[in-house]
Amino acid sequence: MGNIFLSGVGGQGILLAAKIIADAAANAGFEVAANEIHGMAQRGGSVTAQVRYGPAVLSPLILEGTADVLGALEHIEAIRHAHMLRPGGFAAISRQSLVPVTVSSGGAVYPGDVAERIARLFPNRCYYDCTARAREMGAPRLANTMLTGILSRALADIPLEAWHNAIRGRVPPKTLPGNLAAFDFGRIEANDSIP
Amino acid sequence: MKPTRQLLSGNEALALAAIDGGTSAAFGYPGTPSTEILENLARHAAPGLYCEWSPNEKVALEAAAGAALAGGRSIVTMKHVGLNVAADPLMTLSYIGVVGGMVICVADDPGQHSSQTEQDTRHYARLAKVPILEPANAQEAYDFLREGFEISEQYRCPVILRTTTCVSHSRCLVARAAPRPQNHVQFVRNPPQFVPLPIWGRKLRVGIEERLDAQAADAARRTTLNTILPAATADCQQPLPTAPLGIVSSGVAALHAREIFPDSPMLKLGWAFPFPDGLIRDFAATVERLLVIEEGEPILEEHIRALGIACDGKNLVPRCGELTPARIAETRARLEGRSANLPAPVPEAADLPGRPPILCAGCPHRALFHALARFDVVVSGDIGCYSLGVFPPLNQTDTILCMGGGFTVAHGMTQAGEPRRVVGIVGDSTFFHSGITGLLNSVYNQSPAKLIVVDNRITAMTGHQDHPGTGTTLMGRSTHAASIEALAAACGRERIRVCNPYDQAALHTILEEELAADGPSLIISRAPCPLHLKRRIAPQRRIDPDLCRNCRACLKCGCPAIESPDKTAKPRINETACMGCSLCQALCKFGAIATRAGQ
Repeated sequence: MGNIFLSGVGGQGILLAAKIIADAAANAGFEVAANEIHGMAQRGGSVTAQVRYGPAVLSPLILEGTADVLGALEHIEAIRHAHMLRPGGFAAISRQSLVPVTVSSGGAVYPGDVAERIARLFPNRCYYDCTARAREMGAPRLANTMLTGILSRALADIPLEAWHNAIRGRVPPKTLPGNLAAFDFGRIEANDSIP
Repeated sequence: MKPTRQLLSGNEALALAAIDGGTSAAFGYPGTPSTEILENLARHAAPGLYCEWSPNEKVALEAAAGAALAGGRSIVTMKHVGLNVAADPLMTLSYIGVVGGMVICVADDPGQHSSQTEQDTRHYARLAKVPILEPANAQEAYDFLREGFEISEQYRCPVILRTTTCVSHSRCLVARAAPRPQNHVQFVRNPPQFVPLPIWGRKLRVGIEERLDAQAADAARRTTLNTILPAATADCQQPLPTAPLGIVSSGVAALHAREIFPDSPMLKLGWAFPFPDGLIRDFAATVERLLVIEEGEPILEEHIRALGIACDGKNLVPRCGELTPARIAETRARLEGRSANLPAPVPEAADLPGRPPILCAGCPHRALFHALARFDVVVSGDIGCYSLGVFPPLNQTDTILCMGGGFTVAHGMTQAGEPRRVVGIVGDSTFFHSGITGLLNSVYNQSPAKLIVVDNRITAMTGHQDHPGTGTTLMGRSTHAASIEALAAACGRERIRVCNPYDQAALHTILEEELAADGPSLIISRAPCPLHLKRRIAPQRRIDPDLCRNCRACLKCGCPAIESPDKTAKPRINETACMGCSLCQALCKFGAIATRAGQ
């Protein structure tokens, strides 16, 4: 059983990652409850999603401080939702900065010490630049599947085949090989980038 | 595990339940969080099921009533504020009733994730004296819609099905039941039932009270909808004589509450109105203390008190905002006189920049608002993406009331004597929804207010739905595309100007001329939503760092594609985000912004 809290910025693919996690848990034979906050259609706003699975699940929402896994496709979004993670929980964080318009218009400051904050807040983590690696693999949009691969390490009761079948059911055939490769890279090879 | 179950959102489950339940016709107007019901219905429905986006919720509810009066099953979908628009037909439909089952799917938005108000649709059920069902998750959404049709046909009255954002947008594994064929459709004349002239309306009025009594007794018996759950920790073989605390709850709040109070029995109400008094009394008799946990207004709580049963409720449970496991954990802590001690955002998060919703890169509304900012006007806005024009750096909306209010509020301000020019703005979908009557009024009563339609050719904010001006229906058929200019001309509007907002010089001239003119005028600012087109408006722009003097004028348009993490660094344009609208280029006095080489 597990509680997974996902955060990112509109347009990054958080909702697809949430659907893949929920499908994988269902494929593994669990009950699933998942919630997505997509608010308004515009791009650039904060987006969160939550997935809970186990023998029986009631509420689709995770109680603060009880998430087993925190997944973030943008690194300050991990800090924003750090309090959702339980002590000792695993954080999968993509090392990517998306500067909000509140910063470029001069009304706010994007922090310069993100890596230090992440090192302090998340002792159990993998902090990795998924977007850069996904770009090397041919498509920056694969960052969400790669992050899903990273966080899958902490969900040991969902077997690999359940993950692969979930991806097969959610992505178009054209991008399937790339998505499977990105997932496998995240699951096996991506290393934490803070020494 | 049952392999036949599907992982569905509440809205997807409602669409499939409508299909499996033999719906003949479905109607609605887009509104978060209800929109995906009809989108999924259109995607999955067989050819015999008719579905449409109506121009507004009143039209949709009336059309669904017509379908049900002719004997077919129908659904109508809307968000909570949509039912305000559709309230007039709802009240009378409760009198004349239906023949085929009719379910009104209304999605409330507690916490106002994307709504101007927080409303509890259960008030409308009481007002209209019709049953209301409240599913807690997608499986219940499926089951309750199917059951709602049965209740509607049994009592020949419409049924409201209330979801909330957390039900509409949460997924669980859903088992579908056997599909049922559509009803035979053939209207049967029966004026005393279907024509509410006072002579017959008075009889119908009495019948409604008899119907409510029968439904209240029925609701107490329907265990698929209203159930008493023993304490999860209790030994089911050995029921305790009385529990120290019992919970009464409904909707998704019941699921949160079940996790926070696993040691208490619960009366979970899926059919909450008409109130199942017998069941409430029976449950209350088995507990020493009663706590009502309901999302929104204290409707159950006040009724339970009126039955003479003492209970806790809004003294411990928040009345405003969405209920969550955390807020119910706080309720439990309050009840037990201790602190909940839930983790709060970490200190490292205190100074993080926010990410409010903003107009997208390339949005034509930004171009209109940017041009408008050069005039001293009061702006009466409306509901749509363009609501976001209120935020800095555009700061171009002064008030918003409701759908269509952009035009009419502006008219009222001018007629009261507001000394400045007043501009009323509505979007294209909003214009067809309820802007036309305001336009007609402004001509009829010779309003000096200046009206603007920001026409991006789609219902954008809810995720790009067609409307009467797009030339396509929900079922994908080509149709007549209504012309805003022709409608305005037919209303008698003489000064009608159409412009492309990306042409800032032309737009400025039009605004200058029309704001100076005495009579009424209508400006149509027309450019399609680039997010919907899924392609760039023009070649992408870049900032030449050698020519850029870091004057930061380009940042004044608030485009998210222009990045400048701190004031010392010259702005740059994000190549994945820029849509090529050229607004920033028009703002640069030093010629530093141009199209990217090779484009």
